[in-house]
Amino acid sequence: MRNFVSVILCLWASALAAAELEDRQMFHGEDGVTLRVLSSTDTDIFAPIVEGFITRNPSVSVDYAVAGSADILTLIAECGDCFDVVISSAMDLQLKLANDGLARRLPGLAQQGGSQWRQSVFGFTLEPATVVLNRAAFEGRPLPTTRQELIEALRADPEHFRGRLGTYDVRLSGLGYLFATQDARASETFWRLMEVFGNLDAQLYCCSGDMIDDLASGELFVAYNVLGSYAQTRPETLDKVTIITPEDFATTMMRTALVLDSTDVGGAAEAMVSYLTSGAWSAQDRPGFPLPSIGDEDAQVLNVVSLDPGLLVYLDRLKRELFLEAWSSALLR
Amino acid sequence: MRGSATSLRRRLTWTLIGGAALLAVLFFLVVRTYAQQIAQQGQDRILEASLTSLMDAAVVRDGQIEVDVPYAAFAMLDTAADDRVFYAVHQGDALLTGYDGLAEGPFDPSVGLDFQTQAFGGAEVRLATLTRALPAGPAPVLLTVSVAQTRDSLAGTLWAISVNAALFGGAFFVLAAGMALWTSRSTVRPLSQMAEAVARRGPRDLRPVVRPVPTELSPLVTSLNSLMTRLSASLTQSETFIAEAAHRVRTPLATVRTHAEATLMRVDKDENRAALRSMIRAIDESSRAAGQLLDHAMVTFRGDQLERRQIDLVGICRELVDRLTPVAEMKDLELVLLADGPVEVQGDPILIQNAVRNLIDNALKYSPPEGTVRIEVRRDPVAIVVCDEGGGFPAEQMTELSQRFQRGANAGDTVGSGLGLTIAQDVAEAHGGRLELANLDGGGACATLYL
Repeated sequence: MRNFVSVILCLWASALAAAELEDRQMFHGEDGVTLRVLSSTDTDIFAPIVEGFITRNPSVSVDYAVAGSADILTLIAECGDCFDVVISSAMDLQLKLANDGLARRLPGLAQQGGSQWRQSVFGFTLEPATVVLNRAAFEGRPLPTTRQELIEALRADPEHFRGRLGTYDVRLSGLGYLFATQDARASETFWRLMEVFGNLDAQLYCCSGDMIDDLASGELFVAYNVLGSYAQTRPETLDKVTIITPEDFATTMMRTALVLDSTDVGGAAEAMVSYLTSGAWSAQDRPGFPLPSIGDEDAQVLNVVSLDPGLLVYLDRLKRELFLEAWSSALLR
Repeated sequence: MRGSATSLRRRLTWTLIGGAALLAVLFFLVVRTYAQQIAQQGQDRILEASLTSLMDAAVVRDGQIEVDVPYAAFAMLDTAADDRVFYAVHQGDALLTGYDGLAEGPFDPSVGLDFQTQAFGGAEVRLATLTRALPAGPAPVLLTVSVAQTRDSLAGTLWAISVNAALFGGAFFVLAAGMALWTSRSTVRPLSQMAEAVARRGPRDLRPVVRPVPTELSPLVTSLNSLMTRLSASLTQSETFIAEAAHRVRTPLATVRTHAEATLMRVDKDENRAALRSMIRAIDESSRAAGQLLDHAMVTFRGDQLERRQIDLVGICRELVDRLTPVAEMKDLELVLLADGPVEVQGDPILIQNAVRNLIDNALKYSPPEGTVRIEVRRDPVAIVVCDEGGGFPAEQMTELSQRFQRGANAGDTVGSGLGLTIAQDVAEAHGGRLELANLDGGGACATLYL
């Protein structure tokens, strides 16, 4: 089994630069077991959740490690025994982990309902990809509400926006790649927007956080496919930026959690996933839950990425090459 | 003849229940097998569709195969049980993309679409493989596409169908078992009904069985009827023979008795007289027995073809008392008839007279001298009671006494054949009545003839 896993992951791993942890922090419980969590969510955003978990499960300490969503697969391929729980915004990569047999099945949690795949991958947030604008840059200009309107706004005044556009570098970010591929599936408008971005020397980012920082500082005017939820967790930036959920379609991802099958602390790991999913379903009971829960989004037209084997398609090596080729030719001129 | 008794009904029941159980199990297995085939076909069709869409997405560019995997190729493999999906694309024998080790070369384009069930990635998967030769320049390129899916959903479907099939099979079995019980009972019912009807008959009822019976039973009934006819004929013959013999014996006996009595008058020697007396006594006994045998034969004959007439029981009894009073007086006994007004019934006067005479005879025989024999005619219910003051019936023999040739243990040397009570009982039964024997508290006994 282990051989099988390393074989199937090595192709993926070799395609990426050496993966390493961006951050690692220990949240101490009273004593007892240590739960090693590998997450794509920044520590400062996730800390309240981990603390809430430890309050409920005082005997568990949490070793919280952060890595880029694309690096997570590589890190697990390199050391499958190093982590117990994987939390990631890249649904496709999480699904692949489960599909390849690395995730433990948790039939008890599947009973709670909600979005899950194979009783292994559990969605616990609902976060749309948004367009975030620098407020000052749009002073006196109409705020675009759809991709088409954004394209028109950029074309109307290309020099104003040149070099001031930002989006994910899909080659580095797993979440960026997921958003881009799902956008491409949904509409051709995505490619036209990317061509406009390419023409206007768009900046490429690894993470939503950096984009929001640059938006707040005025470095960027428009960021496309940013997690609005990140901006909302930073009150100091909220008055400088405007978060727009596109009205044509809003690709929405679920942050998912899974328990690695190799874990020795299955009980604590399951408790963590259970805590996350229950938090998602009863957000009103958890005021401290910083991420938008599945229950929070009401009648909005969201294009939620569904957890099904279709997600494996864009992870195919050939498919990825073709997509990156198209993306590069649109964006990198 | 088998050692242990067998029950037709039980055998029938178990055979039917066993058959039902066998059918239920067979039903379950057939449904399950069929469901398995259907479910497998369903999975195979989807795998084939996925495979085809992958195959169609392949193009050859500069001798190199490119596959732009359509989203639907995998999305269509989404199942209720979230089955895992594996795939592999080979150019020639070299893996182009997908999971290594899923399918192994060499691949042959002439094989066509191939389905296999095998282990992969720690699970059992259904694997579909298709190889095609794509035209590319001088030599065609071999493209092999493989798609595999775990079988969780299939197993779930199969389990659900199995549970349903088992429930249906069980319900079918319970229903069939109930019907088996009912069928076997109703099949055996005519048999037990016939047995009951035959068992209910009186001991002398040898009429053929005429009630309608199932055709399967008619040979048995025919044999039974033929046996009864023969038995009846044989019985009649014996009775006739006995009556004839008794009749033939009685007349010479009377002659012998007359001669013996005449001789008794003439001899003087005491030992000779004693010998003659015991001779007369023996002759009396034989004569009486012969008479009772005749009576019995007559009762048997007339009982079978009962002649009912309006008769007065008191009249019959009075006539008998008058006739037997001399006999009673010889033994210093008194005959008393208790009756007020005539008691009329439907019956055969000769039989009833015979029965009452035998009862009075008995009473006279067993009464001590100076005693009284009481004859009472009752009206409600109609009965004739004959009571004596003798030693009574032995209690433990009460039921056997009315059988033929059965005498009480205390009969001693009293002359008797043991047929008296039998005759009385046969008469009572021929009239639909019965004979009851009872001992009186203060000594003596009563025989009551209910009609």
